[in-house]
Amino acid sequence: MNINRFLKSAAGHQTVDNSRRSFLKVSAGTSAGLMLGVSFNGSALAQSAATDAALELNAFVSITPDNVVKVLIKHLEMGQGVYTGLATCIAEEMDAAWSQVECEHAPANTARYANLLMGQQGTGGSTAIANSFMQMRQAGAAARSMLVSAAAAQWQVPASEITVSNGILTHGARSATFGELAIAAAQQPSPDAESLSLKTPAEFKLIGQENTLRKDVGKHNGAAIYTQDVKLPGMLTAVVAHSPRFGGKVKSFDAGAALARHGVRQVFEIDSGIAVLATDYWSATKGRELLSIEWDDSAAETRGTADILQQYRGLVDTAGAVAESHGDAEQTLAQSADVTELVFEYPYLAHAQMEPMNCVAQVNGTSAEMWYGCQSASGDQAAIAQLLGTGIEHVKINTVFAGGGFGRRANPVSDYVLEAVRIARQVQGTPVKLVWSREDDMQAGYYRPAYVHKLSASQDANGKPAAIQIRVAGQSIMAGTSLGAMMISNGIDITSVEGLSDMSYDIPERQVELHSTQVGIPVQWWRSVGHTHTAFSKEVFIDALARKAGADPVAYRLELLKNNPRETAVLQLAAEKAGWGTTQLPAGWGRGVAVHTSFGSTVAEIVDVSVQGNNFKVERVVAAIDCGIAVNPSIVRAQVESAIAYGLSAALADEVTLTAGNVDQTNFHTYRVLRMNAMPSVETHIVPSTNPPSGVGEPGTPPIAPAVANALAAVTGRTFTRLPLKLA
Amino acid sequence: MPYLLTINGQSHEIDVEGDMPLLWVVREQLNLTGTKFGCGMAQCGACTVQIDGVATRTCVLTVADSVGKNIVTIEGLQSPQALAIQTAWVELQVPQCGYCQSGQVVSATTLLEQNSNPTDADIDAAMSGNICRCGTYPRIKAGIKMAAAQFYNAAGAA
Ligand code: FES
Ligand code: FES
Repeated sequence: MNINRFLKSAAGHQTVDNSRRSFLKVSAGTSAGLMLGVSFNGSALAQSAATDAALELNAFVSITPDNVVKVLIKHLEMGQGVYTGLATCIAEEMDAAWSQVECEHAPANTARYANLLMGQQGTGGSTAIANSFMQMRQAGAAARSMLVSAAAAQWQVPASEITVSNGILTHGARSATFGELAIAAAQQPSPDAESLSLKTPAEFKLIGQENTLRKDVGKHNGAAIYTQDVKLPGMLTAVVAHSPRFGGKVKSFDAGAALARHGVRQVFEIDSGIAVLATDYWSATKGRELLSIEWDDSAAETRGTADILQQYRGLVDTAGAVAESHGDAEQTLAQSADVTELVFEYPYLAHAQMEPMNCVAQVNGTSAEMWYGCQSASGDQAAIAQLLGTGIEHVKINTVFAGGGFGRRANPVSDYVLEAVRIARQVQGTPVKLVWSREDDMQAGYYRPAYVHKLSASQDANGKPAAIQIRVAGQSIMAGTSLGAMMISNGIDITSVEGLSDMSYDIPERQVELHSTQVGIPVQWWRSVGHTHTAFSKEVFIDALARKAGADPVAYRLELLKNNPRETAVLQLAAEKAGWGTTQLPAGWGRGVAVHTSFGSTVAEIVDVSVQGNNFKVERVVAAIDCGIAVNPSIVRAQVESAIAYGLSAALADEVTLTAGNVDQTNFHTYRVLRMNAMPSVETHIVPSTNPPSGVGEPGTPPIAPAVANALAAVTGRTFTRLPLKLA
Repeated sequence: MPYLLTINGQSHEIDVEGDMPLLWVVREQLNLTGTKFGCGMAQCGACTVQIDGVATRTCVLTVADSVGKNIVTIEGLQSPQALAIQTAWVELQVPQCGYCQSGQVVSATTLLEQNSNPTDADIDAAMSGNICRCGTYPRIKAGIKMAAAQFYNAAGAA
């Protein structure tokens, strides 16, 4: 595919959010050469390892003689539905029968399987569909064209007279299945991308349909295989004793008792702690309990979160690096007699995906084979190759389903992946399954960072905001990673301020400043990245300004969104469906709203809460989303439900705290997450669109916490500025 | 010392230490990997199996205490209720990452076997021990109701 065309279409999209813009910049800037080489054909040099070359029509599609259309999925299926979404685009243009389509993960191969918005193979930023919508459709159209050419040659008829429908090619009385033409089709020359004509949205049969069943099968009966389920001959299970404090090192250890335990095979030190290898998980953990280790904390982070937040509260009273500036907000605020000022606080958050981190590795000299839910194929492959002093072609990655990710499995320094490789290389040739317990996972860091924000605004005679100043203090998730050079400029990590620096509200004077802090707690992206905190500040603050102006929160927002037809339409749809201003709520109930754009999509959520004493329950959420074309509406709704549940968990309970450098939470009894009994009903409305698809996995998360806080404010008259939300 | 277990209708003699949780016996000794490890302390429900018809967390149940019981894992569920739940799960596309879903299906099946017409409150009570970080709760609830309709209507019509 032609990347310039793709960039044009993506950039021409009505609202392209900041992180998307940065990714586009990244793609267009540093990786343009690489990007131009990427097409549905893959590079001629790079053969797929996962399929039989004789049956391969292109990098993504093979057809077997028994009539299976096998689709290679370049992204990690972690629940977001990417198997189904990408296969739908291929099957659509191929005119395949949905029932004949099967999916499997593509191998790690950047040349063939790069994320076109990232320039490397990886899954994240809600880009899976957005980056591959055209590429997958072209792959499908190319496969169809090769099938038609094969039939034309066999039947001696003009290709233009052959029709294709539901996996069958027909000419007059003659017909053939894809399977019958599989071998002949694979021998046809691959067509030129420019020669392919793609369907118009009006011609779609699968895209946009409700009843396309998911292709990530085996999840209702225990058959689906995750990293945790991988078993190889002779495999050992490894657990690691990590330093209780981040940055701590092993000073000395005694493995005697552990080694004497039944099942334990080896104990040795690695960079990240002491590894215990055993025949099975139980023996490994029991062995680990028998270790005695002395830690060297001289380089460790020994502060607690209370100290860290205290420091941040001081920082937001001082000027930071300027991320965004229009007019002279500071001056206007200084001259204003009535300034609204709110300080917001956000805790560290663990991803707490259902499957604790794990990874299977086998190292033979300078080659490695891996089995795991790999979210960052290019990054992990390069990191492993570097560790082993070998080339990436000697690192084979077999990707299996991930039991959730929410960002965690794409670690910027490949933490859990390299830990597995470091262990495996000590037992050459033996496959090793590294398993983290829930406690290991909870305490291993790579959290959503803690932040403090301070927002100050003045209002004009009509109550509209005249000037706003925003200060953000917290760690940069990009600093020190391979993405740092691309995502940080002039001291601004765009992901720390995204959602604030590019807010849609029309405020004449505005200034956004950032303090990026140095703390020894490892941090990382978490579902919806910077928007996890920026949307909360923005939407709670706007509500506070609306209250001060005596305005209705929806009407107030619409007034400030006059130049943004997309957010206006989404907000209006949600308000109408929720009965905003038209339905009566029971006593003790309140209704709140939030709207936010992230990952190219806009979501508005309207929340009803009921309050009883110091307790409250979120009763109902009505959401509206504009994500461009909804390739699979059921999955779009599922992702909005999921994003709401994930964000609601953080709004109600999630919080990682540290005391003197030690993480206080260990498992789900202390890191409390949303359960069935706290889940509201969710109703999702999708704005009809013919725009290219934009993000779906994350954009539903940012609005939920502020919508709940605003609903609580409607009942209590109080403004909530700290997450998780507490009435008392 | 060997322990005699009855799992999915078959007898297995397992030679492990008595304090090994049933979860690891099922997963690593018998390769029944549908039952998942999520927390190891009876907090998340990923490891749920039926023991004598009761939804039970196997991460805290020792192999020694599992002897003589009728153990049914996700792979062995066969009741009409289980079939109805699993059919509804596919039809409503309940699973996302799927990692919690074996536990969800076992808990939901057990609920339905005991109560063919559960209310929202019954569902909350029976299912709140099963965490789903993907937030499939609304579809789990809808799936249980869809499956229940089959029995409730059938019973009502009979
Ligand atoms: S693993 Fe048993 S309840 Fe979580
Ligand atoms: S489906 Fe992912 S944790 Fe439930």
